[in-house]
Amino acid sequence: MTWTWFHRLASPPHVYAFAARLTPWLGWAAALMILAGLYGGLVLAPPDYQQGDDFRIIYVHAPSAWMSLMVYVTMAVAAAVGLVWRMKVAHAVAASCAAIGASFTFAALATGSLWGRKMWGTYWEWDPRLVSELILLFLFMGYMALRSAIDDLQRADRASAVLAVVGVVNVPIIHYSVLWWNSLHQAPSVMKLGKPDMPAAMLVPLLTMLAGFTVFFGYLLVVRLRGEILRRERNASWLREALTG
Amino acid sequence: MNEFLHMGGYAAFVWPSYALTMVIVVLNIIWARRSLARASAAARRRLAVTEVRP
Repeated sequence: MTWTWFHRLASPPHVYAFAARLTPWLGWAAALMILAGLYGGLVLAPPDYQQGDDFRIIYVHAPSAWMSLMVYVTMAVAAAVGLVWRMKVAHAVAASCAAIGASFTFAALATGSLWGRKMWGTYWEWDPRLVSELILLFLFMGYMALRSAIDDLQRADRASAVLAVVGVVNVPIIHYSVLWWNSLHQAPSVMKLGKPDMPAAMLVPLLTMLAGFTVFFGYLLVVRLRGEILRRERNASWLREALTG
Repeated sequence: MNEFLHMGGYAAFVWPSYALTMVIVVLNIIWARRSLARASAAARRRLAVTEVRP
């Protein structure tokens, strides 16, 4: 086995060009999947026999929550790689994640709150799932605050990477909170071993939305990553090429 | 159509959820593109400073 792919992954010009090539594909694929998922969730899926049409909030709530965790794990893994191998591109990936993650964590909390109003009779409850997701929002915001407090980019990368790696303990807590503690929040019905507890007419739009949000994260990541690579590249001759070409 | 907008009496919870999520999706596109545009502009300025003009 050769290691060329690993060296390419570490080479800013190569990643920059690759990210630029991927951008339109990821963008359009995400747009199509999200539009199809919205149509499926709002129109094709039948109302729930207990929750009626209120359950349709799942098609924006679950993908946002999934996004918040996926983005955090990506950020933490990239930060760890950046710390261990001192890889600039990995730090650039981690730095690209925070704002995306924070906004979708907020979306997950807000849509969950709207869903909870009728189903639980309250917008907010100090519940393990809700509190651990709120801590995730604070982790993303703390990460961004820490970065903006340090002027030197290299030091900001390393300090924020430590925070990202330490904070990853919160991810399994969020996922298993509904099983470990007596939570108001329902247990997973899709993200679990075995068959999902949902008929296909409800499940297919949900899976479409989950896939669409995943690809959308890919799109946002490659756009931001190019910017973060440019910020980290000093006086390289390829910079001139990348900017003029 | 009216029935669709009514969402079985849950319109006040379903529509704001969808609207909020889609606003965040669109904002993320704007923020990501703006972040790249700013980084490109800053890199151009750095290049202009280091460039030796004939």
